[in-house]
Amino acid sequence: MLLTKMKPEFEISEAHERKETALDVKQLNIYYGNHRAVKDISFTIEKNAVTALIGPSGCGKSTFLRSINRMNDLIPGARSEGIILYEDVNLIEDNINVVALRKEIGMVFQRPNPFAKSIYNNITHALKFYGIRSKKKLDQIVEESLRKAALWEEVKDRLHDSALSLSGGQQQRLCIARTLAVNPKILLLDEPASALDPISTAKIEELIMELKKEYTIIIVTHSMQQASRISDKTAFFLSGELVEFDQTDKIFTNPSNQKTEEYISGRFG
Amino acid sequence: MNSRVANKIATGVFTAIAAIIIFVLVGLLSYILYRGFGKLTLDFLTSPSSDFQAGGGIGNQLFNSFYILLITMMIAVPLGLGGGIYMAEYAKPGKITDFIRSCIEVLASLPSIVIGMFGMLIFVNLTGWGYTIFSGALALTIFNLPVLVRVCEDAIRSVPRDQKEASLALGITHWHTIKTVLIPSAFPTILTGVILASGRVFGEAAALLFTAGLTTPRLDFSNWNPFDETSPLNIFRPAETLAVHIWKVNTQGLIPDVQEVADGSSAVLILSVLLFNLLARWIGSLVHKKLTAAK
Amino acid sequence: MAKEFSTASERLLKKSNRAALKMEMRGKSIVLISAILIIAATISITIFLGTKGLQSFLVNGINAVEFLTGTVWDMGKDGGNGPSYGALPFIFGSFAVTFLSALIAAPLGIGGAIFMTEIAPSWGRKILQPVIELLVGIPSVVYGFIGLTVLVPFVRNHVGGQGFSLLSGMIVLSVMILPTVTSIATDTLRSLPGGLRESSYALGATRWQTIYRVLVPAALPGLLTAIVLGMARAFGEALAVQMVIGNTKELPSSLLDSAGTLTTIITLNMGHTTYGSVENNALWSLALILLIMSFIFILIIRYLSSRRQYR
Repeated sequence: MLLTKMKPEFEISEAHERKETALDVKQLNIYYGNHRAVKDISFTIEKNAVTALIGPSGCGKSTFLRSINRMNDLIPGARSEGIILYEDVNLIEDNINVVALRKEIGMVFQRPNPFAKSIYNNITHALKFYGIRSKKKLDQIVEESLRKAALWEEVKDRLHDSALSLSGGQQQRLCIARTLAVNPKILLLDEPASALDPISTAKIEELIMELKKEYTIIIVTHSMQQASRISDKTAFFLSGELVEFDQTDKIFTNPSNQKTEEYISGRFG
Repeated sequence: MNSRVANKIATGVFTAIAAIIIFVLVGLLSYILYRGFGKLTLDFLTSPSSDFQAGGGIGNQLFNSFYILLITMMIAVPLGLGGGIYMAEYAKPGKITDFIRSCIEVLASLPSIVIGMFGMLIFVNLTGWGYTIFSGALALTIFNLPVLVRVCEDAIRSVPRDQKEASLALGITHWHTIKTVLIPSAFPTILTGVILASGRVFGEAAALLFTAGLTTPRLDFSNWNPFDETSPLNIFRPAETLAVHIWKVNTQGLIPDVQEVADGSSAVLILSVLLFNLLARWIGSLVHKKLTAAK
Repeated sequence: MAKEFSTASERLLKKSNRAALKMEMRGKSIVLISAILIIAATISITIFLGTKGLQSFLVNGINAVEFLTGTVWDMGKDGGNGPSYGALPFIFGSFAVTFLSALIAAPLGIGGAIFMTEIAPSWGRKILQPVIELLVGIPSVVYGFIGLTVLVPFVRNHVGGQGFSLLSGMIVLSVMILPTVTSIATDTLRSLPGGLRESSYALGATRWQTIYRVLVPAALPGLLTAIVLGMARAFGEALAVQMVIGNTKELPSSLLDSAGTLTTIITLNMGHTTYGSVENNALWSLALILLIMSFIFILIIRYLSSRRQYR
């Protein structure tokens, strides 16, 4: 509260000033009514890297993820305090235009959720809203984003088929393509592979490794193997607290907190 | 042993009740259709009714029924959709929302004759229009609105949440999401509900007695200028619908062939309602198939 | 695509994207208008009916107590003792047909619901459900017409009296409200947790014992709601009753006597009385009673739904 009042005065770290970090999280608290779901967390998220958020169910990792692009606004009674600094704005403030924000910080959900439209229209849905009308331009963006999502070869001959006719893994890559089409800077992935079979999962992971060259990626995952395979940094959440945040190698080989060790060795969660 | 017997008797009684209910419907339908079927000639369906002599048809009444239905739905569907969207997407839990819900509940439980009287007070007397199609359509809108609001609200609420989230997460405004994602997804359910509501409107008479009136002026079916007095499309003329006609010939009984006209009209009314019902079911099952099929 | 700004504060603060916000506001106001119209319609119906309905007491000086308890409804046109507005015969008629029809429709409707949920769920759903839905769809004038051509002669020839009677009105109404009662009772029984049935059967109870000892008590508030909703529909029904009840202005002394109800007298006389006259205002007072009764039915239903344990 105090910090939001004196808004222009937040301290901007040197790294953030140099634009090396994508997000600077400081003393963030998220509440659902009276329940504090995220407790006083502070850490930084690097640009063009994959940051994995791990922890048992209900630990606050998804809540945190959904607060970055303000999807929590949809939940009655949810509110946040503290700072998520993105360039020169605090994302949790009331005066943020969440529509513009969500265009810059895209999100892919746990269950593939393509619109009940054609593959083509799934991608152009948002573009048309942003006023792109030229067929040529639309075609071009559709192809580009499908290529980026490694889906183009599989669907280029049936762009006008229903998106629901795709397999689960293809649907999820379509959802990623749809998000990429609006040209975001950060991608939030909320357990993007948990509803998929191993082969589709592998494809998504491969894709994430490819995408991090261009985008900052934050991924919530239940699978520790997945976190260790694809992420550069890992944050371990437990009951709303950020227990440990470090290089992924370090977290999985030599964690400094005992709880982290117990979790990654499978003793709970 | 005793409880076994009681159980058997009870099962028998309940089965008998179910049989009675089915028998009532089958009896009603077959009676109406059997009596009316012979009268369903093209001449009966298209010729104008007669006030005193035998041999009148129901051409005007049939046209009026469909025309009032159309005008009603043109007013009521947008309002019902708007109300449904408001309740499903914008209304925050609280006193105002509770109050709107109470209002919908009150409107839904008003006897249709009371709605007809209110319609007479406002849309007939206060406006000075007299008995008109438009007054009738407005009364039927009030009659129909609570159902449509509920249908639209439920339909929009039943769209999976992830569809809405997907659109919002792409940086699309709430309103645009409603327009381009929620309504298209909810459309089939809304359509089914609208067709069922149409059946109700089509058969409604009490709300129309004092608003659209009991008479139809001479209509000239070659005149399609809606502002002309003899044009069937003129919405500021009195119009007796089929349901009102059935009531009128039966209670006033001025024509010698009351029985034949009433038989035929009832059969047409029932067939129309059955048609609305079947159409709604057919669309419903079509959508179900489309949603469950892979492609 | 929108012009690229250099800093996030230029792109992401609310003042940055006026057009989209404006569109959002416009959409919201369109649907808000619909919501406001619903409120406006309800309030104006209440106010207009309230003021019109009270005029006969306030302007025309009819005594409210005499209005509710008097038994003579006479416009005073035929000479005699002058106009008298005693609405008791109609009030009695409305309540009589409502309760009598509920007396028939309640056991049949709840029995049908029990058959559909407990005894033959599969074909009950397949056959009885559409039957109920079709019954709901049949217009009330058709019920009235069948009552007039089948029921009235039947009562006249086989039971007695003129045929146009309280009895005919009650039978027509009970068929009309049967689907309402059945469908809501079915929903209530379906919403009971399955565990209730299983635990009762596990104790060795027969189906009938389970139904009347466990299910019906558990579903009671919902079943009562079904009956009250049916009664509300019966109370407000006009044309079907009007066609078979005989439309007298006297209190009926038996089921076979003709009678009148609030809705039938309105239906018959509204068109013949001059707007603003005493007799017209008296009819509006009857409509006000209808309005008040529908509020009372809503209150009863609210009370019952607050007592429901399972939803």
